[in-house]
Amino acid sequence: MWILDLIILALIIVCAVGAITIKDLLGTAILLGAYSFMMCVLWAIMGAVDVAFTEASVGAGVSTVFFVAAIFRTTRRTRD
Amino acid sequence: MKKLALIVAILCGAILIFATSEFPEWGDPKAPANLHVSPHYIKYSVKETGVPNIVTSVLADYRGFDTMFETTVIFCAGLSCFLLLRIFNEQTEEQGVYYRHMPTGIVIHFKRDDVDIRDKDFELIDSKLVPYDLIIKTVGRVMIPFIQIFGLYVIAHGDFSPGGGFQGGVILAASIILLAITFNLKTAISKINEKTLGVLSALGVFIYAGIGCLCLLLKGHFLDYGKLAKILPVGPIKARALGMLGVEIGVGIAVMAVMIIIYINIASEGKHHEGL
Amino acid sequence: MEALLKEIVGKYNYWLYIVLMMIGLYAMIAKNNLIKKLVGMNIFQTAIILFYISIGYKKGGTLPIIIMPHHHHEIPPEAIDVSKYINPLPHVLMLTAIVVSVATFGVALAIALKIYKEYNTLEEDEIRMRIRER
Repeated sequence: MWILDLIILALIIVCAVGAITIKDLLGTAILLGAYSFMMCVLWAIMGAVDVAFTEASVGAGVSTVFFVAAIFRTTRRTRD
Repeated sequence: MKKLALIVAILCGAILIFATSEFPEWGDPKAPANLHVSPHYIKYSVKETGVPNIVTSVLADYRGFDTMFETTVIFCAGLSCFLLLRIFNEQTEEQGVYYRHMPTGIVIHFKRDDVDIRDKDFELIDSKLVPYDLIIKTVGRVMIPFIQIFGLYVIAHGDFSPGGGFQGGVILAASIILLAITFNLKTAISKINEKTLGVLSALGVFIYAGIGCLCLLLKGHFLDYGKLAKILPVGPIKARALGMLGVEIGVGIAVMAVMIIIYINIASEGKHHEGL
Repeated sequence: MEALLKEIVGKYNYWLYIVLMMIGLYAMIAKNNLIKKLVGMNIFQTAIILFYISIGYKKGGTLPIIIMPHHHHEIPPEAIDVSKYINPLPHVLMLTAIVVSVATFGVALAIALKIYKEYNTLEEDEIRMRIRER
């Protein structure tokens, strides 16, 4: 099913470009969480279930929480 | 600066794309990456270790050294986060504590830090004037035990289904972080205090290296789980599966403690007084 | 022309992974904010992990968990068809890589917090200016 692969890859590239372009750091955190989750789905399609499990719990879970906690303690705006 | 970065990225990408002309076709079973070592792992995993999940058996048994040093890396990350951020005695200003009276909803602000009137009617809140959320607190209170049971299930069933030590440890840590987010940070710290977390994170690495040294004492190589059959009442194949289970438990404990340490220190800037 | 078309159809997914890696590399070099550089590092790491996992895939293969028939605890090694299971070795290496990446991310966020407390900004050129003025 190469169409499914292509759609998810296109979504991943859009999420990545969006995450580094947005000027608001909270939006970057949410887009990074969405990017991690799309990666997890792509790996599950390719058959790597252990790696997908780890990325879902670590990347889309704990890593997003660390990011939001760090933004809470520093600033939320960036200049570029 | 941006133009230079763009040129560098495009140049690097062009070199890599030129290098892909040598690759075999995607998904070919006869590609060189699939021919040398992995057929041995696929064929002999059940016969030599008794574990059907090939990824767990390679991770914890055939390549156990790498996993031990990875656990050490996680421990060092937790340690360095603690050393960078933790502040022990900061007495620059007295912030005071806030209490909410539950039946009426009034918030009281005491100017001193050491007032403690927590009981059925008074509730401690963080100093950013958190609103009162009954739904979030109740849902959190219901879900946290189930998340912990699921985390323990994932650690224990790493041999037969996707899972293992890392995933289970992160899920267990996520349950305590959920407690710290729905209630407040001081509640979570009162359930698991800092000293216990430090001891747990070192205990995980110690269990891993300890099982390896136990195999060394029983006249085998380091991390050779087959020699554990001398002290356990099972055969040598089952002893390897049990050695893998012990090692995964050590990894899970270490990962859980380090994730909680990193969250507490980042969310409160080292002072451990209030969180997200 | 036909050889070029065959090449594109066979290898386009590798090219898309390389595009993702270059997005991460560009963000690490060119962005001014420290946290955006960290985001670029995270994108680069996951793109490399994706590249490795795609190497171990076999067409028509299933998950790397051996299917055992009921009430058996043994399977002779000759009964297992190697080309029906996908290659588990890249998965093992990439599990370590994911966990190391999250540990690095945590420590880097702690360092960014300390820098903010000292200079009260997170932009790289403002930090350089404030160091020079000290």
